[in-house]
Amino acid sequence: MKWGVIRFPGSLDDFDAVYGLRDVLGQDVTALWHKDESLQGAECIVLPGGFSYGDHLRCGAIARFSPIMKSVAKFAADGGLVIGICNGFQILTEAHLLPGALTRNRTLSFICDRVHLRVENAKTPFTCTTRAGDILAMPIKHGEGCYVAPEKELLQMEERGQIVLRYVDAKGDATDAANPNGSMRSIAGVANERFNVFGLMPHPEHALEAMLFGADGRKIFESIIAFQSVPEHRGQMRAGAK
Amino acid sequence: MQVKVFVTPRKGILDPQGRTVEHALASLGFAGVSEVKIGRYITLNIDAKTPDEARAAASKMCEQLLANPNIEDFRFEIEGGA
Repeated sequence: MKWGVIRFPGSLDDFDAVYGLRDVLGQDVTALWHKDESLQGAECIVLPGGFSYGDHLRCGAIARFSPIMKSVAKFAADGGLVIGICNGFQILTEAHLLPGALTRNRTLSFICDRVHLRVENAKTPFTCTTRAGDILAMPIKHGEGCYVAPEKELLQMEERGQIVLRYVDAKGDATDAANPNGSMRSIAGVANERFNVFGLMPHPEHALEAMLFGADGRKIFESIIAFQSVPEHRGQMRAGAK
Repeated sequence: MQVKVFVTPRKGILDPQGRTVEHALASLGFAGVSEVKIGRYITLNIDAKTPDEARAAASKMCEQLLANPNIEDFRFEIEGGA
């Protein structure tokens, strides 16, 4: 499967995303420069973590105006798969490709930790190899990961199943203590209404090999690969990729 | 003309900076302080023929980039010109 990892000035997890997809998961990966407009036939676009444009103004606020983001918006509108990790999640919310916003952690401190996540919706292209209720362990490292959205919108998102991952404790309970950044409803990852765009603060690309951290992050990428291997799904995406 | 833009966290959105400063003010002995909100103050100069033109441009700038309508409110003042 063909992947495109976008490199913005200030991205820093782009190398891990490329390494993980290419060397660990054996995928066909192209690094895409933010000033280019072509997605080079990618079937899934990855917006990696980092500090695009130094996080100036608001995280992701400047990167969303990079030339390539017009192509990403069109790709997403055509049904193409897009995943934003950490700063990539922030960029997707700023670009209005995902609902809500990510604000300063309630502790005001940068958090680098290992968290547990509960799969809330296993019927998305990003979680289809998991089961609802599965607990995944992944690292987080962010200063602005507190997910907020208007209460009315949150209710609609819950009903539609757009809340894909929640922060939980090791037993799987979404307690306040297990919520690292104060996110509303312990939200760690959300999808758009059409379920082809997904953003999450935890880093699946840092959790692909047992010897480094654990391999639960694989389930996210393997889900995308499994989803895309269904011919009807692939047909939809091809129509979008340019 | 100069545009002064004030961006503030929307009511109901958690403002941990404001809350922390509120606690600090209380511990310094400033009683009765509440609703501390910390926002952003942006100034910029703009070539515009009339204040209305500057106002229209500033409004677009705020909506598109300077503020995030999901979580922030904005207002601005125009200074100079006719």
